Amino acid sequence: MTTAILASGLRKSYGEIEAVRGIDISIDAGETVALLGPNGAGKSTTIDMILGLARPDGGTVSVFGDTPTAAVDAGSVGAMLQTGALIRDLSVRELVAMVASLYPAPLPVDEALELTGLSEIAAQRTQKLSGGQAQRVRFAVALVSNPKLLVLDEPTVAMDVEGRRSFWGTMRGLAAQGRTVLFATHYLEEADAYADRAVLMAHGRVVADGPTNEIKAMVGTRTIRATLPAADLDALRRLPGVTAAERRGEAVVLSCADSDAAIRALLGVHGDARDIEIVSAGLEQAFVQLTGEEAPSQAVAVESVGS
Amino acid sequence: MSTLLYTRYELRRTLRNRRFFLLSLGFPLVLFFLIAGPNRHVHDLDKTGISAPMYFMVGMVAFGTMSSMLSCGARIAAERAVGWNRQLRISPLTTWAYFRAKVQTAYLMALLSMLVLFVAGASLGVSMSAGDWVEMSLLILACLIPFAALGIAIGHMLTPESIGPAMGGGVALLAFLGGTWFPIPSHGFLHDLGQLLPSYWLVQASHVALGGHPMGAKGWIVIVAWTVVLSALARRAYRNDTGRV
Repeated sequence: MTTAILASGLRKSYGEIEAVRGIDISIDAGETVALLGPNGAGKSTTIDMILGLARPDGGTVSVFGDTPTAAVDAGSVGAMLQTGALIRDLSVRELVAMVASLYPAPLPVDEALELTGLSEIAAQRTQKLSGGQAQRVRFAVALVSNPKLLVLDEPTVAMDVEGRRSFWGTMRGLAAQGRTVLFATHYLEEADAYADRAVLMAHGRVVADGPTNEIKAMVGTRTIRATLPAADLDALRRLPGVTAAERRGEAVVLSCADSDAAIRALLGVHGDARDIEIVSAGLEQAFVQLTGEEAPSQAVAVESVGS
Repeated sequence: MSTLLYTRYELRRTLRNRRFFLLSLGFPLVLFFLIAGPNRHVHDLDKTGISAPMYFMVGMVAFGTMSSMLSCGARIAAERAVGWNRQLRISPLTTWAYFRAKVQTAYLMALLSMLVLFVAGASLGVSMSAGDWVEMSLLILACLIPFAALGIAIGHMLTPESIGPAMGGGVALLAFLGGTWFPIPSHGFLHDLGQLLPSYWLVQASHVALGGHPMGAKGWIVIVAWTVVLSALARRAYRNDTGRV
């Protein structure tokens, strides 16, 4: 199997800020991989280096066994960057056709428009699109190059629910054609639903790398909190889906691997439970657990509360 | 794969931009009629031997074409501001093809501006042999080369907010020192300074009407020197401009 992306010891700083602090990633051709992490984890900087838009301060990165620039020049890479709008004074179709003209073996423009659901607004000028429509045009621009490697930096940010659904539907089809897909996201749900594998980044490092179901188990814990003065903690710990239980005054807090099963069981046993909250641990919190580091933003928040 | 198509779309975008017509075509045209109209019967402007309509026609061509060439920079700055520049960099479009498309578009716009003013000039009685019209056109187009490089350089160095004033001020200054508004004296400080600027030689193209060759070795050296310096600057500006704006 060929290697699509191979990064080793990759580092990049912007002034004082160490955006990426030595990461190793290897992605095989045909894989769909999510680059998962909170804002500021270094995802965009990593993507910039993979695309040859940023020069690493240390380490190396290759794309299909060559330099990123060579892969880009060969037309093997299509990308949807995080920041970016569209140039004006062209219709949607003209813009996509303009980009297609730069590549050696592009998709037919009509096909790219069809795949991204743009056929109906193909004649509209690019400056008159909604945020979600513009995002779809940017997807079409990445797609029309007919790339072997598709890189998407937080692709669904401006999309509504329906837009997201059809976007990922199209992505699945593209991945099924044997293309390599790398996408950055801070939604665990997106990584879980659409990637084979997730690379978890925090504070410029890779903190976990594996099949998405494993990553999800690692960071996907939820807690159930309920006011339940009389409950026996040992009995609660034995409920399905519960991994730990503790008491905080009148309330109990249950850590759950499967919060759905746990809440059903809890209500079955204690129909009188009140003030129930189910909270996702969230990526940021999961990263703190995984890395043993305090997230900088949280440390600041705690200080300001205390003062 | 063809950069011809890419250039065609670039051109189409530019033609759809109404500001271009207003500034690059309309403004010099209005100024020409305002300045040359009342002086249409002056046959020897300030002892240059050139008629006022002819002098101001070439002066306004210089002004309009300089603006056309530099407005290429404004389009680049606008593209950078929306991140399009980064999108192009992850395509197989080479640096040279990119520059070529920009320069071709700028030149076509300059050509349009020049032809419109030639027609305006002819309407006020400017007349020359066909050979002289062609020679003058070619000289003007040659003198615009450094401005093409300057357009690309400022496009990659300035923001869309700062490029407007920079261009307006820059073109006005270069036009003034080059003798667009009135003939530069034949000696003295303004003369010496003007001769070092490409805009001076652009305006000197009007001397074709007097017969002989207005661009001596000195003129060509100035044009080539500015082209070399500004091209290097443009290349550097483009190279250094890979970050998120």
